[in-house]
Amino acid sequence: MDYSNQSGFRQRKLQPKFRMRGSAVDSSEPSQLFDDTSPGQSVVDKGQMAYAGQNLLSDPMSNLAMAYGSSLASQGKEMMDKNLDRFIPISKLKYYFAVDTLYVGKKLGLLVFPYMHQNWEVSYQQDTPVAPRFDVNAPDLYIPVMAFITYILVSGLALGTQNRFSPEILGMQASSALVWLIIEVLAVLLSLYLVTVNTDLTTIDLVAFSGYKYVGMIVGVLSGLLFGKMGYYLSLLWCCASIFVFMIRTLRLKILSEAAAEGVLVRGAKNQLRMYLTMAIAAAQPLFMYWLTFHLVR
Amino acid sequence: MRMTSALPWTRSANMAFTLYSLIQTAILCTNAIAVLHEERFLSKIGWGADQSVGGFGDEPGIKAQLLNLIRSVRTVMRVPLIIVNSVCIVLLLLFG
Repeated sequence: MDYSNQSGFRQRKLQPKFRMRGSAVDSSEPSQLFDDTSPGQSVVDKGQMAYAGQNLLSDPMSNLAMAYGSSLASQGKEMMDKNLDRFIPISKLKYYFAVDTLYVGKKLGLLVFPYMHQNWEVSYQQDTPVAPRFDVNAPDLYIPVMAFITYILVSGLALGTQNRFSPEILGMQASSALVWLIIEVLAVLLSLYLVTVNTDLTTIDLVAFSGYKYVGMIVGVLSGLLFGKMGYYLSLLWCCASIFVFMIRTLRLKILSEAAAEGVLVRGAKNQLRMYLTMAIAAAQPLFMYWLTFHLVR
Repeated sequence: MRMTSALPWTRSANMAFTLYSLIQTAILCTNAIAVLHEERFLSKIGWGADQSVGGFGDEPGIKAQLLNLIRSVRTVMRVPLIIVNSVCIVLLLLFG
């Protein structure tokens, strides 16, 4: 790779691609997280910028100033990226958004009907989990974020049909749902710490799992709008049951020890505590689903 | 008059949970944990730092983890809590 002599920002954009290619087993296209077209674009931009510069100012001093300015800008961008990366792990976030339509479809189907799915293990690839695009069991952040936004819009719609809508309500619904999400993630983190579970569940994983219930909530509220209270209760019951089963089957592999996860009845206080923890986390989902939607359907 | 409005839980829940109330809750909870004094209170109820060290097994247990958590909150958050509480007091005095 002879990209070392190009400017800073282009190098930065190409480095993730380089890392992905280094760590993948199979070759080229399917192993990249995103299709990166940056070399093509930035070459065209640089060429146009240089052409315009030569047209307007053609003395060497302004060329020098332009080169200095562009190097300052690229340094500033690098520094900002590095500092931002310290607070919000952007490279780790990119993994959770590497989805495609097929994965989203399969995952949504799994969220409302998890009873036929056999293999719930996340497949790994040399110690790193496979991107969600290639494994339907991997958690992602695309569905939770989209479902959260859709939930807020649907709640605005539901309140509008009851003449209770005002633009501030949207903001309040959004902030209160966000607060409940944060409280739930903090509670799960605290309980995972207290029970000393050695798991590879990251905080973002927990946010993703807590965000999956918004799909069921949207289904419940929409059928409540279409079919009245009976439809709301029936579809909410169905979605609650499926989210319960989904969470138990997903978290069982992550929290419980290997032997207990395979269904063998392992005695001991530690595994019992972990089983209670898994069931508590899974049981909190239907509670939140009901609590956040019952005031929307009359 | 609708009959459902008589039942208290069918009225709309006033869930005006804002991020600001979350910050307030967090500050209050952290204050509450940091205030538990080591020798005046925790040792008296058997939750002192020297009373929880069991063997060096791999299972610290919930009580030991809790005590660890309380002690580390007290150690880590002491100075930031002073700053945050002072800011809160000044803001509340100025803006009510």
